[in-house]
Amino acid sequence: MSGPAHRQPLSLKALSNGFLVFWCLVAAFPIFWITVMSFKTPIDAFDSNPLRVIMGPRTQTDVGGLSLLDIVLALALTYVLIRFALKWLPGKVRSFVPAGQMGLGWLIGCGTFGLVTLILFVVVLPGVLGVLNPVAGPLGVDVLGLTTEHYEAVWIDRGFMRNFTNSLIVTCGVVSVSLTVGTLAGYGLARSDSLIAFWLLILALVFRALPHSVLVAGYLPYFISSSEWLAPILGEAAPTLYGKPWAVIAVLVAINQPFTIWMLRSFFQNIPQELDEAARVDGCSHFQAFRLVIVPVMWPGVITTGLFSFLLAYNDFLVTSLLLDAQNMTMVPAIANMFNRETTASDEVQAIAAAVSITAPLFILVMVFQRQIVSGLTAGAVKG
Amino acid sequence: MMFLFIAAPLVSVLWQSFHVTKPIYEQVEVETCVPGLLGSSCVIELKTRPILSDAGKIITNTTYVGLQSYRNVLQPEKLRTAIKNRSWREFTNIRFWSALRFTLVFTVLTLPLVLGTGLLIALAVNNTVPRLKGPVIFVSLLPFIVTPVIGALAIRWLFIGDGILTAGLEWWLQKDIAMFAQAWTIELMMYIYRVWHVAPFAFVVFYAGLQTVNQDTLEAAIIDGASRWQRLRYVIIPHLMPLVVFLTLIHLMDAYRVFEEIVGFSSSAHVISLQWLTYEFLLQDGTGARAISRASASAVLTMIGIAVLLAIPLRRVWREQRGS
Repeated sequence: MSGPAHRQPLSLKALSNGFLVFWCLVAAFPIFWITVMSFKTPIDAFDSNPLRVIMGPRTQTDVGGLSLLDIVLALALTYVLIRFALKWLPGKVRSFVPAGQMGLGWLIGCGTFGLVTLILFVVVLPGVLGVLNPVAGPLGVDVLGLTTEHYEAVWIDRGFMRNFTNSLIVTCGVVSVSLTVGTLAGYGLARSDSLIAFWLLILALVFRALPHSVLVAGYLPYFISSSEWLAPILGEAAPTLYGKPWAVIAVLVAINQPFTIWMLRSFFQNIPQELDEAARVDGCSHFQAFRLVIVPVMWPGVITTGLFSFLLAYNDFLVTSLLLDAQNMTMVPAIANMFNRETTASDEVQAIAAAVSITAPLFILVMVFQRQIVSGLTAGAVKG
Repeated sequence: MMFLFIAAPLVSVLWQSFHVTKPIYEQVEVETCVPGLLGSSCVIELKTRPILSDAGKIITNTTYVGLQSYRNVLQPEKLRTAIKNRSWREFTNIRFWSALRFTLVFTVLTLPLVLGTGLLIALAVNNTVPRLKGPVIFVSLLPFIVTPVIGALAIRWLFIGDGILTAGLEWWLQKDIAMFAQAWTIELMMYIYRVWHVAPFAFVVFYAGLQTVNQDTLEAAIIDGASRWQRLRYVIIPHLMPLVVFLTLIHLMDAYRVFEEIVGFSSSAHVISLQWLTYEFLLQDGTGARAISRASASAVLTMIGIAVLLAIPLRRVWREQRGS
């Protein structure tokens, strides 16, 4: 938008930017606020004065808090680490890792980075500040009440770790199964132009429309009685599927699969067919052509599709809460149970801490994969 | 393979909705004797207990009950009296009908709000300096990506008791407010939550659409003396029309499935949705039994509902496709 004809009056500009600021506030505020609340003692967290919630005077007197020096140093360290992660890390990974094992290299690189960050924040920073705060005078006095007791209570006492592992199992299962099936089927469908593609789209739409409870109602009785009808095949060891993560993975994959295949198909169609034809001419078998030529170039599409499978599995409440027993509960139903049972204000803040813990991975996900998410969202609209 | 996973549950839901599985009960006389001072006193009782098979399992019997489960869900007699008495309260006391009412109102009411908010954000982002676009898109994506139950909980925590926003409202209106005491305030919060949650999606789609607006047409409109509003009305919005249809379809599907809000706001005593009804039947009740037959019936009814709801816009799309 340039040129004199497009110039806008100041009032319109102010209005549009003002609206934007307002929207950003609305969008971020609830998440920001529960993050703040989760670090305070209950009295502060549910205070009706917003300033008291942020500053947390009771938390400060009861537990302790951060001094100005703490805040400045922590912010500086965060800034340095982010700069480091964005500027320096990719180059290092690229130079150290041989070209073939880029994925593994990234995994190790990110893992090391996370570990270093953790050590810096948990061990080094408190140590340094413990020495600095007493000598810093007024800068070293606590001003901001802060406590991590709720996180400790949730993760250690309440066994949230187990829910986390269960969530991990379910999401990993769903993502890997639906991507494996999706890539193969999507590739196959993209290379054969038949009516199947059209029906696939219809199927994906139908599944989008179908309430998940309908599917669960269909599956549930069979999962409960599965040890009976699986017995002829598997003999004595036939498992009761109800309550096991496998059951949830199966249902979630079924919900997600048409969408995954359709999305990957439209992605594979953008890879020119000449590419695998050339590989075939050079003497590759059909499968070799796929493995050596298509696999290296398919990652962007696979990552985008995988992200949406991940979100579906991670965010699901209905299927997981109905099909899992208490031991195998994932994080989202677990937290719902937590606040249904809540009796004291302290329980409630613990539930908030759990909620923030669930949101944190998603936050990182948006930060890293923003572009893929946006492209995935728009791809459906443009092609549909 | 895929048909197995997709068609099989649907068929089984249909089948279940016409059948009821019940344990078979037998009546037995049980003599219980209590030793007392003057010899034992015995009582003979008639007890009902489920028959156990040799393996120690409860034998169940599945019978065809026709539309009985549907009748249990729909409760036509109560509906008839409610209509006869023209009593809205009686009508909403029947769980299925109140769920249907809420689901439909929710779907229809949030649709224009989501579309409008999305379009406004898209226009505003398109209008701002390029440096700001990245961060704004990042912030906007947050409500969309956050786990629905958690998002609803976050809003609930802002309002519950004397939560920060309730306190703000009370201060502003000088009046005591309890957001979770009555049905309509909870419903209002659900609408707000849904718009907050889905508007980013509409925004991203509209924003992508705005990038492809034909600049020549815009120039031509300016030369012809079209005002800013006219340009928006006659050039940009017609260009975005396919996206509006797309978003409408997606939103109808998603809003009709409204469920997580009920969990997040713990509103099942006041407001429920169709999907929640099925969920409730599927949950174990006090005796550990699940009303699978009724759940299936309500699931089938839910399916019919979404089919009817989508039929209207889909037919329009179909006709336009054929026309062009």
